[in-house]
Amino acid sequence: MNETQPRIRVRGLTKIFGDEAGRALPLLRAGQSRAEVQKATGAVIGLQDVSFDVAEGEILVVMGLSGSGKSTCLRCINRLIEPTAGSVHIDSTDVTALGERELMELRRTRFGMVFQQFALFPHRTIQRNVEYGLEVQGVPPAARRDKALAAIETVGLKGWDQHFPSQLSGGMQQRAGLARALALDPDVLLMDEAFSALDPLIRRDMQQELVALQKRLKKTIVFVSHDLDEAIALGGRIVLMKDGRVVQQGTAADFLANPADDYVRRFVEHIDVLGVVTAGDAMRRPAAVRPWQSTAAEALAVLTQSGEPVVTVVCEQGRFQGTVDADTLKRAGTTELRLLLSDRDAFVPRSATLNEAVARLASGRGEIAVTGPDGELFGVIANADLVAALARRRVETAH
Amino acid sequence: MDFEIPRIPLAEWCDVALDWATEHFSGVTRALSAVVGTAIESSTDFLVGLPPWLVILGCGLLVWRLTTWRIALGTVLGFAFLWNLELWRATLQSLVLVLVSTLFALAIGIPIGVAAALSKRFWRIVGPALDMMQTMPSFVYLIPAIPFFGLGAVSACFATIVFAMPPTIRLTALGILQTPPELVEAADAFGSSRWQKLFKIQLPLAIPTIMAGVNQTIMLALSMVVIAAMIGAGGLGGEVWRAIQRLEAGQGFQAGIAIVVLAVILDRITQHIARHMRRDRQQG
Repeated sequence: MNETQPRIRVRGLTKIFGDEAGRALPLLRAGQSRAEVQKATGAVIGLQDVSFDVAEGEILVVMGLSGSGKSTCLRCINRLIEPTAGSVHIDSTDVTALGERELMELRRTRFGMVFQQFALFPHRTIQRNVEYGLEVQGVPPAARRDKALAAIETVGLKGWDQHFPSQLSGGMQQRAGLARALALDPDVLLMDEAFSALDPLIRRDMQQELVALQKRLKKTIVFVSHDLDEAIALGGRIVLMKDGRVVQQGTAADFLANPADDYVRRFVEHIDVLGVVTAGDAMRRPAAVRPWQSTAAEALAVLTQSGEPVVTVVCEQGRFQGTVDADTLKRAGTTELRLLLSDRDAFVPRSATLNEAVARLASGRGEIAVTGPDGELFGVIANADLVAALARRRVETAH
Repeated sequence: MDFEIPRIPLAEWCDVALDWATEHFSGVTRALSAVVGTAIESSTDFLVGLPPWLVILGCGLLVWRLTTWRIALGTVLGFAFLWNLELWRATLQSLVLVLVSTLFALAIGIPIGVAAALSKRFWRIVGPALDMMQTMPSFVYLIPAIPFFGLGAVSACFATIVFAMPPTIRLTALGILQTPPELVEAADAFGSSRWQKLFKIQLPLAIPTIMAGVNQTIMLALSMVVIAAMIGAGGLGGEVWRAIQRLEAGQGFQAGIAIVVLAVILDRITQHIARHMRRDRQQG
């Protein structure tokens, strides 16, 4: 198995509800629209030719409004809903071709699922709920108890294992739901609007914790959500669905920069631009850069011509070192720049969001550097550039 | 016109079917009857042989363990009242008959209910059969019971089982079908087999509903046990039956009130257990 092979591969997934599925499928393939097929056969089309990959260790958010088919799509992956056509592979296993027993085995070992309404078993304690998947696998009691308690601790519910679900708040119940999925140590987590039933504050906490957990455990996660802010908070790629089809896939910034159609544009309209656009997107080439062995006089000449508020100083390898403003240069004569440096931390990495850039800008002198992974200077952002970047997004999203 | 629509010989058909069944199966049923009859009689005799105060205190203690001291106290007072009325023996006869019939009704009814919930096709057969069992006048069961089981307690037991079983079947099926779909989905998502789903999720969640069915079955069993006195089942029903034949209104009411007392005791105990389980299951 090579490294580039995706963990989950979904190809041409189609789901038609109703007894007329057999008659509806050829019509759909012949290019008739969803409404036409529905009128002709009475069959309801849930999914139409959905394809995407999920890489190992990735959080993929399947997003769309209610009725867009996102939950159907998730359930087709572990065949809680039987797809009408198309295929789902997990690694090299064709899930859609499995018999009943093999499918059961696959669900037991490779998938963990988390539900919108938690779906905890009310007659079992939290520990017995978390143990459920292991119990079904036939793991002996002592071993499954240890694993369950470990999972309960992972989600921060230590000490609640002997309580019943109804004794826990919504947020805690969903932690238990997550623990139940994690206890199996599955490769893939399927999360169906997992945080949608929670209060906004708790939801945000859970999103952050999931991201942290994911960094540690390296699970592959398919997360269904109707909330773009949630998708951005989880930080992965997004598959945007509408009427059972994929409209666009990519990152939130891709959606902003190149929306595939009006639907995507409207979807990202109210997005928090500062949280999505990166410093790399907003930067420009600096007009006043000097190596640190230059003299102040040389630098001053460059600075006055450029119109920048400060001179950006780099070392021999092109790494950002700091800035020097005009007043300092005027007083310094022929001193080398390296002795005059200030604001040595006035930089952000290229991948940082504008939110972080704004915070840096506020504490600096009107300009910050944008750097690569080794500190090399890529560009700068001044106050005016920030305003320009925001204005550009507004214009793009206004249409 | 002397054309006449012939009468459908329904009664004759029923007789033929019954005769055939009697001829072929009565050997088995008579043998069964002998065993069950002996069991019922000897357990009744055993209880009657014990000093009544001991039995009453024993029942009180058991009820107290299962429910609350209030219900236990009510049980003790109620039984003491029946003893005082000199209906102790009849009470025990009825009680044993009710409990044995209920036990059989549950042992047969719960599996049928489970099967009915799991298979739509089976439910289509069971549903109408249940309707018939419940709407048929209960006396009718007594007639075929006699050729199979003979006069006495076992025939009464048989008729009672048929009459009292439907609520257990219905509520067992209902309880299982009412399992919230998201819980069934969760069980599926974790790879449960059909039996794992049934025994780990559906049945435990259905227990409060099933208990409501058990309560109804016990109540129906009690009412049938009284009617079964007509075929010599004895007990409190026998007292009522004798009072009717001799036109002794006072005796009749006395036995009737005794039945009410017994019914109230059984009802309070089973209802309490059912309620307690519901709380237990759903709120922890």
